[in-house]
Amino acid sequence: MGFEIIKESYAGSIKEIAIGAGDNAISVGGASCYPFYQFEGDMPHKPKIAMEVWDMAPEDWPEACLAPFKDVVGDPAAWAKLCVESFGAELIVLQLKSIDPNDKDASPEEAAATVKKVASAIDVPLIVWGCSNPGKDEEVLKAVSEECQEFQLTLGPVEDANHKGIGASAMGYGHALISSSPIDVNLAKQVNILLENLGMPMDRVIVDPTTGGLGYGMEYSYSVMERLRMAAMQQGDDKLQFPIINNLGNEIWKCKEAKQSVEEAPILGDPEKRGILMEAVCAVSYLVAGGDILIMRHPESVRLVRSFIDLMIE
Amino acid sequence: MALTGIQIFKLLPKTNCKECGVPTCLAFAMNLASGKAELDNCPYVSDEAREKLAEASAPPIRPVKLGKGVREATAGGETVMYRHEKTFYNPTTLAATIPASMAEADLAARLTAWNAFQYERVGLNLRPELIAVKDDGAGPDAFAKTAKTIAETSEFNLILMSEDPEVMKAGVEATAFKRPLIYGATEATVEAFGEIAKAAELPVAVKADGVEALIPLTDKLTAMGIKDIVIDSGSRDLKGSFADQVAIRRAALKGGNRSLGFPTITFPCEMAGNADMEALIAGMFVAKYGGIVVLSEFNTETLFPLLLERLNIFTDPQRPMTVTEGIYEIGNPDENSPVMVTTNFALTYFIVSGEAEGSRVPCWLLIKEAEGLSVLTAWAAGKFSGDDVGIFVKKSGISDKIKHNELIIPGYAAAIAGDVEEELPDWNITVGPREAAHLPAFLKAKVGAA
Ligand code: B12
Ligand code: SF4
Repeated sequence: MGFEIIKESYAGSIKEIAIGAGDNAISVGGASCYPFYQFEGDMPHKPKIAMEVWDMAPEDWPEACLAPFKDVVGDPAAWAKLCVESFGAELIVLQLKSIDPNDKDASPEEAAATVKKVASAIDVPLIVWGCSNPGKDEEVLKAVSEECQEFQLTLGPVEDANHKGIGASAMGYGHALISSSPIDVNLAKQVNILLENLGMPMDRVIVDPTTGGLGYGMEYSYSVMERLRMAAMQQGDDKLQFPIINNLGNEIWKCKEAKQSVEEAPILGDPEKRGILMEAVCAVSYLVAGGDILIMRHPESVRLVRSFIDLMIE
Repeated sequence: MALTGIQIFKLLPKTNCKECGVPTCLAFAMNLASGKAELDNCPYVSDEAREKLAEASAPPIRPVKLGKGVREATAGGETVMYRHEKTFYNPTTLAATIPASMAEADLAARLTAWNAFQYERVGLNLRPELIAVKDDGAGPDAFAKTAKTIAETSEFNLILMSEDPEVMKAGVEATAFKRPLIYGATEATVEAFGEIAKAAELPVAVKADGVEALIPLTDKLTAMGIKDIVIDSGSRDLKGSFADQVAIRRAALKGGNRSLGFPTITFPCEMAGNADMEALIAGMFVAKYGGIVVLSEFNTETLFPLLLERLNIFTDPQRPMTVTEGIYEIGNPDENSPVMVTTNFALTYFIVSGEAEGSRVPCWLLIKEAEGLSVLTAWAAGKFSGDDVGIFVKKSGISDKIKHNELIIPGYAAAIAGDVEEELPDWNITVGPREAAHLPAFLKAKVGAA
């Protein structure tokens, strides 16, 4: 009697979702097994790496991750182009940092203009990420949705507080949405149901479970992702069968240890290498927990994680 | 696999003598099954039944003790596939490799460097545990000497890696006092290695070509009376070894397969061409079921992220690490020093106190019980509301220690400022920065201005 791996019997699979338009569209999800469990199912699409671009020059990025972008940080369109052309970004995420009411409080019009410039500069799908202030995000993402109807964007984070406004607009103008909730299976489900009830086509939804940094709450996000996958696939809950996105670079590079200089933390070694590996190792954790799109920052971490994905799939 | 009450009942004397304190053997069996009774309470169980019960109640994956001293660790002992189902117990141990022929001076330098890789975080010391001494053909004496130097001059524990029983014997003789792991018995050497392990009472690893081929090897060792076994399925490609880890964990936990109920050892050092990719592969094994992970070397830049990942994955999901509610002194605060308040989540406390210490501004840090939640989480969960914080500050006794009346609250809790003020009408509430990283500048400006 030969040894046989005990297989999971799945009751459901992850929806395959196409984001972006026409030739530039890419598909994510579609898995009929747990992340990378290809011995008992298929993972038709490799997890994708999106690179982040800010709509204003970042003030608190450590030197290590600012360096590769130093000539373009004032110009989001050029920045996005650099990520696609030089670093092979499969998607771009424009982080609308400038709209934060606690910061520059930029207007919806300004934001929409930036989105348009960036979307026009690249030939990969564009995700537009708000500032996590539900009211302001609603205002801005509605304007972006309307002003940028010629592009098929992905807009988020959409929470229960602002799902109506952003949802209705995205439905009207053909954009996809990121359904977001704070590390909780039931809340994730609830936002998805709210969107469905609104009439949002559910083949245009990605889930953001909220992403913690390495050493700063990663374990909570990790476990909620595993639970989301189990609910979707083992229990067949069709309200949770969506690809997952992790806004990861943003969390990693604000950790204390990713910012400390050699003088401040000699034991932690080279700050550039350290930050890159913190980002890449955390990405690996999120990949095995079920991340379908990872939003990352440093080109070298992106390169490393991409080869990791290739080795896991091929 | 745990036995049911009925299965246990069949092994009991069935006399209902009541000496165990319950009216029937069946009731006693039920209590045993649910962990409410101890087998020793029944004076009449037969030796045979006792053995069967012990075997059945043995953990599905054997916890194997590795090493001695401050870096002693345990591999295995896991009971669930996913950490949220209960918890993962024994963090993946990390090893780096040293060739047996390494020159003395190089070895000493390496040990000094690697020994320094210890990181203080949330009150814990994060550090790797093991060094794998690899037989590179230099002969038994060189192997033993290098292993001995590591065992005697460093805290690191050992994996002895050789295919040659003679070399292994020399290594074991020199370092048995530190309980090294013997690696690795193959089909050809299982008996010889088994004998060495048995004689020295050491754990031994087996390496086979695939998961299935491990079974006869562990069975053989078990038959020899060896219990502490570690397994290597042999695959060195990422996809295959990932599948093997899942297959082994499932076989032990879901299939009750005793022959595979052992911790695994994995070798990113043989799976990648550079330290960075090794680290990513190691990261995968930390999350997915590696008992021991062997790297080529320790580099601080790759080790630190791996230790953080390990800390996260192996934290008990049911119990966030906390600190006790109360007044904490930072530096030597006096009656004019600033007063800050935050939650009792260990991570929050350590970050905030670390930054405050770094500022060299003496201050008072008030820790409020909030079920071990971060500031924002606690606020969202209603455990760090303005009223609560106000009442806590009043009762804390801090007013007796200071002459001023300014309370600094976390920037992320700005929303509670009004309610705190209402609860503490004699106080001035100042909203501090959001990120603790900005605390030093904030505190310096504050005392500079005063
Ligand atoms: C991990 C996490 C959880 C974990 C809890 C972990 C824990 N032990 O706290 C779990 C999964 C349990 C959880 C649950 C919930 N969460 Co939660 N969670 C997070 C997450 C991802 C990280 C939190 C963390 O660990 N931070 C690290 C610690 C160190 O941060 P901190 O305590 O804030 O400390 C920093 C600063 O505040 C500052 N600081 C701290 N003290 C002081 C003091 C002074 C004087 C100063 C100046 C500065 C300062 O220094 C620190 C470092 O900079 C955040 C999102 C995020 N990225 O922040 C969401 C988040 C905090 N959660 C959120 C919510 C809503 C919830 C829930 C209510 C959701 C629900 N399921 O109902 C629950 C509530 C919990 C409950 N018991 O009911 C929201 C809060 C939204 C809001 N703005 O109010 C967040 C922001 C996510 C989001 N974007 O929606 N969560
Ligand atoms: S002491 Fe033993 S034999 Fe007597 S009732 Fe209890 S279980 Fe049965």
